[in-house]
Amino acid sequence: MQWNSVGEFFAMGGYALYVWGSFGACALLMIAEPFLARRRLSDVRKSLARERLADELELQQKNS
Amino acid sequence: MRQSIIQWFRFASPQSFYPLAGRMIPWFWAAAIIFGIGGLWISFFVAPTDAQQGEGYRIIFVHVPASWMSMFIYLVMAFWAGLGLVLNTRVSGMMAQALAPTGALMAALSLWTGALWGKPMWGAWWVWDARLTSELILFFLYLGFMALQAAIDDPRRADKAGAILALVGVVNIPIIYFSVKWWNTLHQGSTINLNKAPSMAQTMLWGMLLMALSFWMYSIAVALMRVRAIILERERHTEWVKHAVE
Repeated sequence: MQWNSVGEFFAMGGYALYVWGSFGACALLMIAEPFLARRRLSDVRKSLARERLADELELQQKNS
Repeated sequence: MRQSIIQWFRFASPQSFYPLAGRMIPWFWAAAIIFGIGGLWISFFVAPTDAQQGEGYRIIFVHVPASWMSMFIYLVMAFWAGLGLVLNTRVSGMMAQALAPTGALMAALSLWTGALWGKPMWGAWWVWDARLTSELILFFLYLGFMALQAAIDDPRRADKAGAILALVGVVNIPIIYFSVKWWNTLHQGSTINLNKAPSMAQTMLWGMLLMALSFWMYSIAVALMRVRAIILERERHTEWVKHAVE
């Protein structure tokens, strides 16, 4: 291991802005994207559930 | 033989692909995380300091995987789009649509990390060099594909139009790949070459490969998540979807 201290690690030999800017952007986007994908799935599932409920209510009204 | 072909076609139906994708997603996430931890460990704690670029070279561990994936996802997307055009299978078009945003994300990361690497090493965030310009065109191809599909209401027509755009754009992939050979560019040549020994330390190579595997597994996982949403959106008026969401 080439780091003598935590500070040295974060300084990245003077390239901190560039190295952490790169890894940080990757981490940010690659954490955000799955959340957006999951939300898209849960949104459509919710809207399907609402539709189903509406159908059932309509059916009940017709029967009564 | 016949049986196995029929077996494959079974998964071409959204109804059977939806649960299959759901079962595969956790495995791809697990693989992405395991390869990612290994890759990051090597990137920061095992790979030695570079003789010329100091610690700045460590950007390679995200820049190269993102660039590879941006090109590879495009090929896979064009393959699915083309398959959908020829065989008219429903899942193919949905797969192409699900891959595009992830491909665009990888192209954006490739450009972003490239800029952050270019500034300290070349003294410029951006140059109009063949490699950089063709990668920027790839990013725009993804955006164009997504915009075109979003602009057409009928999903089957959107798939067809998108497929033609995706297939024409494939021409850009060899241009990106060979740009460092065909033109005299500022961007360095490929670090890994199939027919000669890699020009980098073994540990650096391993770090890069593990990170690339992690990005690959990530891309599959997130594309499968998105394709599940697309399947439900497009098939919402079918009987099976009504039963699938209890």
